Amino acid sequence: METIPMPAINFAAVMPETILSVFAMVLLLVNVFVPGKQKAYLAYLSLIGIIAAGVSVFNAWDAPLALREGFNGSVLQDNFSLFFKGIFLVSAALTLLISDQYLNRENCNHGEIYPLILLSTAGMMLMASGTDLMTIFLGLEVLSVSLYVLAGFNRDNVKSNEAGLKYFLLGAFSTGFLLYGMALTYGATGSTKIGSIASFVAQNAAVTANPLFLVGMLLMAVGFSFKIAAAPFHMWTPDVYEGAPTPITAFMSAGPKAAGFAAFIRVMIFAFPTLKADWSDLLWILAVLTMTVGNIIALSQDNIKRMLAYSSIAHAGYALVGFAAGNAEGAAGILFYMLSYAFMNIGAFAIIVLIGKKGEANNNIADFAGLGFRRPVLALLMAIFLFSLAGIPPMVGFVGKFYLFSAAIKSGFIWLAIIGVLNSAASVYYYLRVMVYMYMKDPVEEFDWVKVTPAIALSLLISVAGVMIPGVVPGYLLQLAQKAVLF
Amino acid sequence: MLALNNYLIISAILFSIGTIGVLVRRNAIVIFMCVEMMLNAVNLTFIAFSKYLGNIDGQIFVFFVMTVAAAEAAVGLALMIAFFKNRESIDVEDINVMKW
Repeated sequence: METIPMPAINFAAVMPETILSVFAMVLLLVNVFVPGKQKAYLAYLSLIGIIAAGVSVFNAWDAPLALREGFNGSVLQDNFSLFFKGIFLVSAALTLLISDQYLNRENCNHGEIYPLILLSTAGMMLMASGTDLMTIFLGLEVLSVSLYVLAGFNRDNVKSNEAGLKYFLLGAFSTGFLLYGMALTYGATGSTKIGSIASFVAQNAAVTANPLFLVGMLLMAVGFSFKIAAAPFHMWTPDVYEGAPTPITAFMSAGPKAAGFAAFIRVMIFAFPTLKADWSDLLWILAVLTMTVGNIIALSQDNIKRMLAYSSIAHAGYALVGFAAGNAEGAAGILFYMLSYAFMNIGAFAIIVLIGKKGEANNNIADFAGLGFRRPVLALLMAIFLFSLAGIPPMVGFVGKFYLFSAAIKSGFIWLAIIGVLNSAASVYYYLRVMVYMYMKDPVEEFDWVKVTPAIALSLLISVAGVMIPGVVPGYLLQLAQKAVLF
Repeated sequence: MLALNNYLIISAILFSIGTIGVLVRRNAIVIFMCVEMMLNAVNLTFIAFSKYLGNIDGQIFVFFVMTVAAAEAAVGLALMIAFFKNRESIDVEDINVMKW
């Protein structure tokens, strides 16, 4: 009897994903037996899963090539993807810590939210380490399908329903474009493996004039731009971020955005290095549009979640500046920036969760009036996160922006860096507005319902440490990021 | 035996019909059907290329696309039901609580 040869499977290359998926499935079963009041235990169990995945990420750093590649070259767990996996795990862990209080308040503490967060984290990881268009697509869909549910998780709330439905319709629409791009690239180059595409393009220079190939690249760029919420593909972001449950908004702005960047960088820099001049120009335009649109519309927002949604669009624009630069510094800058953005943004959202009341009330900037007098510690933390988002030293946001813009200058994109700095200056206005309300207006309310649970305190502590320590001594993290982009 | 171009043209036409449908139709379910049409146009492209190149990757990709489309349909319809329960409509004109 003829035997079918088994392909080279290497589970070590997908260890973190495997751990998270197993935990997610077990938790789905455990959830049935956990009574409604004690769903917090599921959050702690998920945290154990995330820590286990974190240990496997830590151990895999700098592993030999034989241990990195798996599934016949479809997955490559190199330092680049490991750094991103670290970002995803940090954002998932911080989200888990802040979600329990919010869910209890909103009366929607169904345990399924925790497995869904773990599964979407596993999807992000698969996206970051995929070296085959198929793996990247599958990772993207695992991530997106979980996120559609998470966005509409508060199913009695009309806003959450809307957020879920909008995200779903537009997400599926953009997936169509991404897939068509993949199909055309496959047709033009004869492979879905990123390595084979790159070597085909290197050997057949004529393919770069092939319209199939160019349209394929363009459509893939559109699909990824949607995922990272780059203008003009950002229209879903404010509505989805405003409507989704607050902890999920925090998660969406940090994790999936980083995952989008991971896959985008992987495809553009690995598969199309010879077309760098073309995609670099394209990203130049995207970066300028994204920064400007995000910052200008954020100026006029009254709802703080919506304001942070536009600010997250602007931050994607800053990261695109480093991407357009197309050099190693730019890529390392994106990695560093995405990690610091996870800390500062989830930290700010943790405060929003605390200040909020049932039914998504108290989410306007005016509701922060006098927080500095009533709850000085919370106001100080919020100020630190917002200053960091604005890019003011010695917070980490400044270091991240500094590296992104200096990478652009090194590649000769002086104007891009200037536009970026101007945008960053404009953004200070809307971050400071919150601080004006916190410290210079008389308190309207007593904020006596604000109860800092140990879990939220821990997440705030981690966030503020992640904002301040790399802000003062960025050397170690930057070295890690630089090492991660040595492909 | 039809040439590769015929398949590519018909899948491009299907994809365009799907895209236009998403943009002009107002019923969420019809919009979702149009998205499905776009995905199936992509599947046709993959199959045509796979046959033309004599490479099996494209056909495997199609299996994944179909599986994912099924999962998406399950989640999407659930979201529509949740929305319908609150608003008694699945017209996208009614997805309007949040603006600007």
